[in-house]
Amino acid sequence: MIEDLNKAFESRVRLGIMAVLAVNEWIDHAQFKELLGVTDGNLASHLAALEELKYVQVRKRFIGKRPNTSYRATIPGTKAFRAHLDAIERLIPKP
Amino acid sequence: MISLLCNAKYFVMDQNEHLKELAHIRGLMDRSTRFLSLSGLSGVFAGCVALVGAVLARYHINETLGPARDVLTYGTGGSYTAANALLITLITDAALVLLVALLGAGWFTWRRSRKAGQYLWDASARRLMWNMLIPLAVGGIFCLALFHYGLPGLVPPATLIFYGLALINASKFTLDEIRWLGFCELALGLVALFWLEAGLLFWALGFGVLHIVYGALMYLRYEREVPAERA
Repeated sequence: MIEDLNKAFESRVRLGIMAVLAVNEWIDHAQFKELLGVTDGNLASHLAALEELKYVQVRKRFIGKRPNTSYRATIPGTKAFRAHLDAIERLIPKP
Repeated sequence: MISLLCNAKYFVMDQNEHLKELAHIRGLMDRSTRFLSLSGLSGVFAGCVALVGAVLARYHINETLGPARDVLTYGTGGSYTAANALLITLITDAALVLLVALLGAGWFTWRRSRKAGQYLWDASARRLMWNMLIPLAVGGIFCLALFHYGLPGLVPPATLIFYGLALINASKFTLDEIRWLGFCELALGLVALFWLEAGLLFWALGFGVLHIVYGALMYLRYEREVPAERA
């Protein structure tokens, strides 16, 4: 049972990122910062780690003259997140 | 071996820790999709404004038409210009009620989100607004057409029905409870449709009384300062 927990989601920030992406289409840096209350550097390293795992997909584009980077969950990413949630739920005994 | 050590951490984490984790995830998912700052007080305020508006409308209708009136047309369409002037008064009355109620709702909600340290105008607020606005705007145009064809008696049920549909549509993007307010408005509207004599009364019930009850319930449930010993 313990083995089902995904080590990629051990960090609270990463788990938060995946939770937000599970229910939203594209989310950018500013929105993540507002929702999760984390610093730029912290956020960037966690997003990079999730990108490395191919759990999130990155889109870089310009809005007017300003660059804008947004993210969305890939299908494997969503599956991994759901499996992780199921694993946590199994660890909690049914009342 | 290393993976064993990593996993060991989870043995130490007690059940409470897992429950907190789940609650945290759930909160994030809700906060990022739903607009939760809508203040219950704005409902109470809108309800009071609607009641005042309904009393004014009632007064104007009785003044102009007396008790023996045609409940569907209010005597408009003919050469009876007093009735046509009445319609202008009623439309102005309704527009003022809407404006004041919206301003009040905006203010109470702004106050609440500022207190909670949240942004008022984020993606979830915009999503809520669009999902509300589409049925409401269609309803508004529909009601103007009813006035245009001289059928003001159908306007109170029509406003209730379109408002109910707008709330049900919007409930996916804010508090779930708003769906029940929507169903109640819809039910009142449908009854009022077959009981045109009491149209204004139903309108006052739907936009006045229901808003006050709903707003007060939401305020008590989510916003009231919890006394320290129960917090």
